[in-house]
Amino acid sequence: MSNVDLARLQFAMTSIYHFLFVPVTIGLGFLTAVLQTAWYRRGDEAYLRLTKFFGTLLVINIAVGVVTGLVQEFQFGMNWSAYSRLVGDIFGAPLAMEGLAAFFLEATFLGVWIFGWNRLPRRLHLATIWLVAIGAALSAAFIMAANSWMQHPVGYETNASTGRPQLNDIWAVMTNPVFLWGYAHVLLAALATAAVVMLAVSAWHLRRKSHVDVFGRSAKLSLAILVPTMFLAMFVGSELGVVEAKYQPMKIAAAEAQWETCQPCSFSAFQIGGGNDDQNPTKIIAIPHLLSLLATNHWNGQVIGLNELNAQYQQQYGPGDYVPNVFIQYWSMRVMAYAATLILFLGLWGLWLIHRGTLERSRRFLWLSVWAVLLPFIMNTAGWMLTENGRQPWLVQGIMRTTDGVSPSVGTSSIVVSLIVFFLLYLVLAIVDVVLMLRYSRRELPPAATEPAGEPPVPAAIQ
Amino acid sequence: MTLVNVWFILIAVLWTGFFVLEGFDFGVGILHRYLSRDEPDRRTVINTIGPLWDGNEVWLVVAGAAMFAAFPGWYATMFSAFYLALALVLVALILRGVSFEFRGHARSARTRGIWSSLLIAGSIVAPFLLGVALGDLLRGLPIGSDQEYAGTFFDLLQPYALWVGVTLVALCVLHGSTFIALKTTGDVRDRAKRLARRAAPFVAVVVAVYAIWTHVIADKGVLPNPVEIAAILAVVAAAWFAGQGRDGWAFTLTTIVMAAVIVSLFTELFPRVMVSTNGSATDLTISNTASGSYTLKLMTIIFVLIFPVVAAYQAWSYHTFRRRLNRTEFENPTEE
Ligand code: HDD
Ligand code: HEM
Ligand code: HEM
Repeated sequence: MSNVDLARLQFAMTSIYHFLFVPVTIGLGFLTAVLQTAWYRRGDEAYLRLTKFFGTLLVINIAVGVVTGLVQEFQFGMNWSAYSRLVGDIFGAPLAMEGLAAFFLEATFLGVWIFGWNRLPRRLHLATIWLVAIGAALSAAFIMAANSWMQHPVGYETNASTGRPQLNDIWAVMTNPVFLWGYAHVLLAALATAAVVMLAVSAWHLRRKSHVDVFGRSAKLSLAILVPTMFLAMFVGSELGVVEAKYQPMKIAAAEAQWETCQPCSFSAFQIGGGNDDQNPTKIIAIPHLLSLLATNHWNGQVIGLNELNAQYQQQYGPGDYVPNVFIQYWSMRVMAYAATLILFLGLWGLWLIHRGTLERSRRFLWLSVWAVLLPFIMNTAGWMLTENGRQPWLVQGIMRTTDGVSPSVGTSSIVVSLIVFFLLYLVLAIVDVVLMLRYSRRELPPAATEPAGEPPVPAAIQ
Repeated sequence: MTLVNVWFILIAVLWTGFFVLEGFDFGVGILHRYLSRDEPDRRTVINTIGPLWDGNEVWLVVAGAAMFAAFPGWYATMFSAFYLALALVLVALILRGVSFEFRGHARSARTRGIWSSLLIAGSIVAPFLLGVALGDLLRGLPIGSDQEYAGTFFDLLQPYALWVGVTLVALCVLHGSTFIALKTTGDVRDRAKRLARRAAPFVAVVVAVYAIWTHVIADKGVLPNPVEIAAILAVVAAAWFAGQGRDGWAFTLTTIVMAAVIVSLFTELFPRVMVSTNGSATDLTISNTASGSYTLKLMTIIFVLIFPVVAAYQAWSYHTFRRRLNRTEFENPTEE
């Protein structure tokens, strides 16, 4: 493996890992705030117990999410120094704003929230959890703006003497259509992820008939949030596909394994074979017109095939292969969409059970809900594989290739060492995190007493 | 004053803020076992920073990101040059960060002990290596004409840089002990005060050597740099107040020492950001690594708008948790 491959592997590993925790934080932060608000408004103790219960899960999750974010921040300079040098002018700005505007907010108020239960007036204390949730959502905004700029660079001019792109319009960066749609998609995905987590934990308890009255409420709340966010996430996701098809046609053509230009185009729902060296896979199920509709919003829309796009790019940027890994693109798109459909059906089933009043007793539904917790994590990872892999061979679309972005001064052995060390470290953290999450998810609810002396929701260091 | 200078100062401010705040966090991490007789003691010590350390660590994140935005060339060269060292810093910070949380959730004394040890190790390694990195900026590293680092890992381990690392760790210990003395009561507090009193003279020597060495390495004439003088005076005063058992003053002065130590390094560095051993033509400076004027202007506006708010709410969170902690709050008869 070359340095580029190793650096990519490391980046992919650390960001995928980071993004296992991020959506849970964003979504669960919001849900915890909703629970605490319900308690504040109605004074119903069940909501206080739920707030503390899910607040504990939130804090364990953030502990790991935050430390993996540190790695993200450093590794642009460590592994991608040529890239950082070239585009730091534009890319660094949202990152710095993220730190200033979002991380400080989240980290400071999280501390206040955890330790402030008996020290702050209730109203103020409620405000702190909302600030944590807002901080998490804000941090996603800035990082998505940065990432979207790599997908579709806007708001810059090229400095004639240095050849470096320089920011000249931050407004363009913050209104980049790829960013607006992508950010909406990520927020919805985060909410859906957390809703599934909450549903799964509640279902686990309901199956054991523990605190049926309390966990019945959280199950209903999570379903009420899950179904609409899932609908919207799927809608926004398909719009995002249309937007991407405009700016990164290669990415979407690869996601459909569409080698030749077509009009109208049928959608391949399942196929066997079909990598970069197999242009004629066996299509098992093909749905007429669907691809045209998805990619262009028109019944008879045209989708330009990979071969034609590649020829265009070769004219524009010189010889080379501009087709990303088709197999990854094709399957990550499908995994995301199919799993989304499954979750949506699960949610609709749950709503129907609520309507019938049998949610707490439907053992099959509850069993499925527990296992469904794996799906959002798979979808999130698949979504990022689609986004980032589809950008290849570019690091910044049309501006810099991935092979040109690595640090020239970092040797192979250094990358290998750090890769192995981070891998082992992440493995240990993942195990501890999962053990703790499971342990606390299965725990009894905290007692209902409203103001127990010295009892923050998260005993953590105190306990 | 041009914006390039402003951003050099802001980055110095961010690094200083990081070491002043996270400095006592590191100290608390290093000392939490040494100052304790049993588990309630340890919890008391750790809880002095419980609600605060995460917010403090963000100073590092922002310092890094600000370098990225304002001086991409500096960020790129520095972070790739210190590749393995920074990877180790990350490992240290990760282990330290999760051990606060995981330690509290541990069921057996043994696992708790493991997380405690990791907390101590992480709290020593991180400031040490960050100190080495900062020291190397001033001491000089082989840098090519393409602004890329041209040395090896071992080129980073120069005596001066190592001394900066030692200085920071020593200061973290002193700063942490004055902080604990200020934030606790009873035996823990007495032990922290005693430690501060005994350690202070040694730390004073370490800091004095640092200040003089920094001046010599920077080679900017015999005239002493006022910040270096301030560091030496403050550390002597800190030793005196610690000896007198005056917590408040001792902590104020260790804060000043920490700030002066970091600021002196940056003042000697200016207007360079990374000194090159291949001649001053290859030095990285604020002008040959900076972003364009649009970005700097934008970042300045954002900083002016947001930073005061951040400072205000962080100060408020310190105010909210200003109370001293007592071990009785952490005694739990059902355990151990
Ligand atoms: C629970 C999570 C979840 C769900 C249900 C979906 N997605 Fe998604 N998707 C993500 C989670 C996600 C993500 C991980 O959040 C990504 C990665 C990058 C991004 O912007 O969001 C993503 C990216 C992403 C992209 C690539 C964007 C880019 O290249 O910038 C497309 C085209 C879609 N999605 C399309 C869909 C479609 C058509 C869906 C449903 C039918 C769908 N997503 C459901
Ligand atoms: C947290 C969510 C993210 C995930 C899961 C993710 C995933 C990935 C993956 C899988 C790769 C490897 C691509 C390949 O090997 O083909 C990659 C590469 C990369 N991504 Fe992301 N990414 C995420 C967010 C980001 C963001 C927000 C940025 C920028 C702000 C970014 C920048 C990069 C860079 C610089 C590379 C390395 C160069 C490359 O291979 O293209 N990623 N990422
Ligand atoms: C690859 C680029 C990324 C970088 C450089 C990065 C950086 C960081 C850092 C430094 C932290 C820790 C902050 C602290 O100390 O409090 C963090 C946490 C966080 N990041 Fe990222 N991140 C990246 C990708 C993403 C993406 C793609 C998202 C969302 C879409 C995201 C959302 C968050 C959130 C919500 C947190 C809060 C902590 C958590 O719960 O996990 N990050 N990130």
